[in-house]
This record gives sequence, structure tokens and C-alpha cells, in this order.
Amino acid sequence: MTKPADKLAPGRKMLSTATLYTILYGCLSLGLYILLFVFNDEIRHMAEATSRGDKTLFFIPIIIALVFSLVHGAFTGYFWEALGLKAKKK
Amino acid sequence: MEAVNFLDLNATTVFLLFLVGFIGGMVSGFIGSGGAFVLTPAMMSLGAPGVIAVASNMAHKFPKALVASIKRNKYGQVDIKLGLIMGIFAEIGVFVGKEFMTNIRTNFGDTGTDLYVSVVFIVVLALVGGYVLRDAFRCKREGGDVEGAEHITPRLAKWVQSINIPGTMMSFHSIGGKRVSVLFIAPLGFATGLLAASIAVGGFIGVPAMMYVLGVPALMASATELVVAFVMGMGGSLFYAWEGFVDIRLAMIILAGSLFGVQIGAIGTTYVRDYTVKMIMGMIMIIVLFSRLFEMPVYLSDLDLISTISEGTSSLLSNISFGTLALALLSGAFAILAALLKGIKQHKKQQADAEYAASVAES
Repeated sequence: MTKPADKLAPGRKMLSTATLYTILYGCLSLGLYILLFVFNDEIRHMAEATSRGDKTLFFIPIIIALVFSLVHGAFTGYFWEALGLKAKKK
Repeated sequence: MEAVNFLDLNATTVFLLFLVGFIGGMVSGFIGSGGAFVLTPAMMSLGAPGVIAVASNMAHKFPKALVASIKRNKYGQVDIKLGLIMGIFAEIGVFVGKEFMTNIRTNFGDTGTDLYVSVVFIVVLALVGGYVLRDAFRCKREGGDVEGAEHITPRLAKWVQSINIPGTMMSFHSIGGKRVSVLFIAPLGFATGLLAASIAVGGFIGVPAMMYVLGVPALMASATELVVAFVMGMGGSLFYAWEGFVDIRLAMIILAGSLFGVQIGAIGTTYVRDYTVKMIMGMIMIIVLFSRLFEMPVYLSDLDLISTISEGTSSLLSNISFGTLALALLSGAFAILAALLKGIKQHKKQQADAEYAASVAES
């Protein structure tokens, strides 16, 4: 007969992996948002400069968008998985 | 050209943007149309000029579309080939639309873009929202309530699939491997892009076009639209960033909330039936329409197109507009969560019943 502890083991392991990634990506994401607020004024000035005709840094918002979405996207994905919300398997 | 007018960020604005992003994301993951149709008006209600709202929305939308399409591709709901082809034509539409918007801003200022964005919203929401809602009720009546019910190809789509133009035919797995001419896809993609550059929402044309003109099932159409949204959103963001219209701070705060929401929305689609997606989509569209309608006299008055209305009336109309939008967001969020929870409950019950039946059969 299988012991109850053995039955729980795989589930426990999966949850801890998702939680670990949630914490890891959560910290990275938080760091990115802190940077965004610290450089709030610089970002605003950059857009104003682009609007006035200096196109040197026009692509920076796109790079910011891609980096944030990858890190924050991974975080939010693991976040719900860690909470046990998963898609229905057909 | 007047200076770029970015919002000042304080704790309340950040919180509201995060919340609006979360609910908008949930709606977007669920119905596939970017969710910008609630986000653009919400940003405008918080004080961002129309052009900044549209540009910033596009910048938050394309990376989100990437995340959501990867997720829904895992559920087998995405037709990547169709998405990429429509996306390329949409890109051309985005370029034309962005040029148009820039010209309006140069000639009529920020209020000009506000009025333009609102008028396009009202017309499109009335047409598409009404059609989607009518279709959702029809589907429900005609047996759409049976889970896994066979997808019925609309009459128009049957005709489109029957036309053979040599040298332009391509097959798509989302319509059961049937062939459609690229010449039909090109205008659909172009219109999707044109609308995306005007109001940051392309899905209002893209999703119904795939469903009713090409014959793609609703769930697959909404998932494939995410690929289109990524392709055209990235191009559109570059076009707008070139003009300095992208407020990336605003876009990233909305993204913070919406990526939480988009995951729930995408998971939700796996638990509901096709007509539920349509019904919720239609309902939100109609409520947002009224939200924009209440702002119209304010813009018209600012541009001296009607006699000037008093400041009190103007602020009252803006508040009613914001309240209506909040109603759309909250009722949409409630409907999606309710559908998701109901689906999970039913799924668990079915699993329990199956396990019980198996154990009875064994004994």
C-alpha cells in the first residue's frame, strides 16, 4: 500500500518549483518597476526630445516594453500556477 | 506642433491604471481583442490625450499579445500562418492610420484626436457590438449550449471559401484545411490595422472578420487575433515612438496589471463555450459605446463645433462617461470570473462523476 506522504510528494515538488519561479521573476519584475519610477523624468524628457526631432533614442520605449513583458509575463504566469489556477485539459 | 502632453503620475493614477490594466487584460485574454477598447477610453478619462492613449496602448499591447498568444498556442487555439499573413497586411493599415492621426493632431490639436478616436469608437462599437451580440443569442438558441457543438460556418464564409482565384489560394488549419484567397485576407488585415492605429483596437474588425468572412471558430479567431495584434502592434508602436507619442511609463503600469489579467482570461477560455465569449464581448462593447457617447458634446464644444457648454455640464458628462466605463469594466470582469468559476466547478463535478463511474465499474 502506498503511504499518504508518497502520494503528496510530486504535488508538493511542483508547487514549490512554481513558487520559486514566482519569487525569482517577481523580484526581477519589481526591480524593473523601481527603475521605471526612478527614471520617470528621464523617460519623459526622452519622448519630448523625440517629438522635437531628435530621433536617436526613439526605440527605447519598444525595448522597455519587450523586456518588461517577458519578465513580468513570466512572473504572472507562474503566479497563477503557484496559486493552482490552471487551464482545462481537453 | 504642440508639446507632448504626458500624464503626471501620482499614487491614485498609478493604482487606477494598474486596476484598469488588470480588468482590461482579463477581458483581452478572454476575447482576444487586445483589451485596448476599454484601456484607450480609460486612459483618456484619466487625462491622457487621444493620440498618447492610442500610442501607449499599442506599446503595452504587442508584448502582451506575444505572451497571450504563446499561452493560447499551447491550448491549440492559434492559427499562426493566418495570423502572420493578416498581420503583414495590418501593418500597412497601421502606417496609413498613424499618418492620418498625426495630421489630425497637427491641424486640430489633442482635442481633435480625442474627437476622432471617440467617433471611430462609437461607430465601430455600434456595428460590431450589435452584430456579435445578435449572433451570440442565435448560437445559444441553435444548440450552442451543447459543449463541443460543431462549429457552423457562416453563409458569407462558405461563399468566400468557394471562390477560387488561381495563384492566390492558401489553406489554413483553423478552417479545417480549406483554401481561401489571400485577396480576401488582404483587405481584412488592412482594415484591422487601420482601426488599430485609430483607436488601438484592431480586434473589433480582425476577430469578427475571421469568424464571419473566413469561417474561423470564435475561440480560434480570438486566439489568432493575438498574433495579428503582436505583428501590427510592434510596427505601430515603432511608428508612434518615432513621433515621441509613446508614454512608456503609462504603458508599463497598465502592463503590470494586465499581464495578471490576461493569464486568467486565457485560462477562462478553456472552461467556457463559444457563445459565452461572444456574449461577454458584445455586452462590454455596447456599454463602452455609451461611455464615449457621453464625452462627445465636451469635445465638440472644445473645438467650437457646437455652442460652448458650461464647465459644470462638461465635468458632469465626463464623470458620467467615466462611470459608464467603470460599469463596462466591472461587469465584464464579473462575467468572465463567473464563467470561469462555473466552468471549473462543472469540470470538477464531471471528473468526480467519471472517477465514481470508473470505481463502480471496477467493483
